[in-house]
Amino acid sequence: MRQRPIATPASKPNLPRHVRLHHDSVRDRWVALAPERVVELDERSLAVLRLCDGSRTIQALASELANAYDAPEEVIAEDVLAFVQEWSDKMLVRL
Amino acid sequence: MNEIKKNGANGTPRALPPTGMLAEITHRCPLQCPYCSNPLQLHKAADELDTKTWLSVFDQAADLGVLQVHLSGGEPTLRDDLEDMVAHLTALGIYANLITAGVTLDRDRLARLADAGLAHVQLSFQSVDADRADRIGNAKNLLAKKLETAAWARELGLAITLNAPIHRQNIDEIGAYFDTAVEIGAERIEVAHVQYYGWALKNRAALMPSAEQTARAQEVVDDARERLTGILNIDCVVPDYYAKYPKPCMCGWGREFMAVTPVGLVLPCHSAQTIPTLVFDNVKDRPLAEIWTAGAAFEAFRGSDWMQEPCRSCARKEIDFGGCRCQAYALTADAAATDPACTLSPHHAAMRTLADGESADPPADFTYRRIGLYPA
Repeated sequence: MRQRPIATPASKPNLPRHVRLHHDSVRDRWVALAPERVVELDERSLAVLRLCDGSRTIQALASELANAYDAPEEVIAEDVLAFVQEWSDKMLVRL
Repeated sequence: MNEIKKNGANGTPRALPPTGMLAEITHRCPLQCPYCSNPLQLHKAADELDTKTWLSVFDQAADLGVLQVHLSGGEPTLRDDLEDMVAHLTALGIYANLITAGVTLDRDRLARLADAGLAHVQLSFQSVDADRADRIGNAKNLLAKKLETAAWARELGLAITLNAPIHRQNIDEIGAYFDTAVEIGAERIEVAHVQYYGWALKNRAALMPSAEQTARAQEVVDDARERLTGILNIDCVVPDYYAKYPKPCMCGWGREFMAVTPVGLVLPCHSAQTIPTLVFDNVKDRPLAEIWTAGAAFEAFRGSDWMQEPCRSCARKEIDFGGCRCQAYALTADAAATDPACTLSPHHAAMRTLADGESADPPADFTYRRIGLYPA
């Protein structure tokens, strides 16, 4: 029996093959396309998902975003951890 | 938002870009499920759109803003151009969902579909009990074939949705359905309480669960949602006949979704042909954009101007859009009436009495779905 994956700062999240980031040109927005669902992405979600490539840890990912957005790393790290957990619970991100 | 620049023919609200298309590419199917969502009048292979026309429909859908196409049927794998369709959709950036019974695929074909860009397969399971599955689908060895297909899909890295069409003859299996979904490595399960139009309406007395069965099933679903977080996504809609409010059918008529039949008719919902007053356009005669924005069938119930009381003044009219037009027609003979699934409908009590009565009687024999039983 599979267990619910729990995100930690050392987790290396990646997008499974069945989740695609797509620019919706008709509505000029980014979306994640997944089985029978379309999730609209704000700038922050898109930035996180683009870094979920299976090579970066959540910690490294948060550090990159903190630099890019000039924001405190602890705050970003907490947000990213919660975001990745939520997307993992929806089976849209793998840990 | 870059809205489509055309007003509806009758001054009804502008059409928003559609997000989803159900492409029913064939009515042919090796199964004969008595709740099939296809119409009673089924088309033969000779009437089906050719490959070129389907690909053009997909081009037009992409231009309109469609993000997902659900390739369905009948059994869509019976079309030998399915790979071309998947590849074409993928090239357009459209997400293809394959909706299949999973008994006509071999591993090579599934691998070719995956190579063409397919990432997700929805497999229907008539039952997770082998004998019952064969009796419901009126075919042989269904469960074993589906499990084999699921294993191939998993090996090939395809995501799986287990589709569980639920009715009185398998509703007590819901717990076992969750077990099967986890065992085959599905990402998602759809607990699809049968909707009573077309074939299912003909077979309603054989399919309608009791209120008690339905409540018990809901407890199993609620428990599984808790238990299977991060393991399995669970989608479940309360069955209409025991609901308090109607479902937001199609997220509103002509708002997000269209269906295209094997012969090219464009429908606001896959059951819309059950409403005899509607007239449908064909992709062979008219551009898809024009059908979507100005076609008579789409304009009929777009927005809220068509509503009667109690919908017209209801605070929920933008939440559930008056419910399902097909069900309103099936149970009240008026497609613009409030869906009787709503407690505010004057027909609600009669709907419930009907469900209670039919589910208390021993189940009737199935009228199996087959081409030609009701000639087109």
